[in-house]
Amino acid sequence: MSEHHEHHLMSFKTHINVFVALIVLTVVTVLLSSKFGLVDFGKAGLLVALLIATAKAAIVMGWFMHLKYDGMMNRVIFLSSFFFLVLFIFFCLLDILTRINPRL
Amino acid sequence: MSTVKTHKHAFHFDSADHEYESSKQGVWLFMVTEVLMFGALLMGYMIFKVTMPETARAGAEYLSWQFGAFNTVVLLFSSLTMALGIYYIRLDKRKAAQISLGLTLLCGLIFMCVKYIEYTSKISHGLLPGAMFTNANETVNLPLYFSFYYCLTGLHGLHVLIGMGLIAWIMIRIGKGHYGSNHWTGVEGVGIFWHLVDLVWIYLFPLLYLVE
Repeated sequence: MSEHHEHHLMSFKTHINVFVALIVLTVVTVLLSSKFGLVDFGKAGLLVALLIATAKAAIVMGWFMHLKYDGMMNRVIFLSSFFFLVLFIFFCLLDILTRINPRL
Repeated sequence: MSTVKTHKHAFHFDSADHEYESSKQGVWLFMVTEVLMFGALLMGYMIFKVTMPETARAGAEYLSWQFGAFNTVVLLFSSLTMALGIYYIRLDKRKAAQISLGLTLLCGLIFMCVKYIEYTSKISHGLLPGAMFTNANETVNLPLYFSFYYCLTGLHGLHVLIGMGLIAWIMIRIGKGHYGSNHWTGVEGVGIFWHLVDLVWIYLFPLLYLVE
């Protein structure tokens, strides 16, 4: 398998650290939600939840899916899907939100 | 357990490394289609949430965030054991890899059991999608909320079931000695798929269970 180059092997400890980070972020997203009312983000609550979810997604992609150690090609392929998703979300929201509130 | 067979790469590849990289790239391309599919569904749900906030709030009251949070932890743990499965197979620790993957399978099962409890309680209250909705709650467009709910969680649940099938298949192949430190393509491919299932749930959990 490693005729051309060595494939990176992540240590056991890194696996555990990544898992702990994901659990911590899950606890944070629950505590910051309106279910506990510790902080009131109002309408920005959706944005806060999405930001934490994206941080968790980045950790899963980078370490568990080994994208951090993968070739540039696979990184570009996978991240391109998010680029197109953001384009899609941006123009949809631009349309919908300006209909709800024409002053935007 | 039989001894590890030396993997012979298919004739249309230059080397085993070429085969590994090509297979993995194929899995990543497949993952792109998955992201776009779930992304479109989530976008539909977010538009629904923004345009009909009252309906979304009324629907979310039927969901228990505790179930969602429990399932989140279960899936995150299953992602850890899946990644460890790859870690162990690459060290030729086949027994440990199988135990890790077995734990992943168990987590998938626990996840689906919780889903079953959630679904049956909703179905028994007539909280069904679209025209099948028979609950007495007359909030405008509430059946639409449940259409989104079942589409999103149902499609995700289907992915969990398919992932469980793939993990079982990989466990059998490890038992047959098909994988080891010189060849682990299948284990890695199934791993990427399983992590994507986790990735989707990372977004579904806050959007369905937490955000008001």
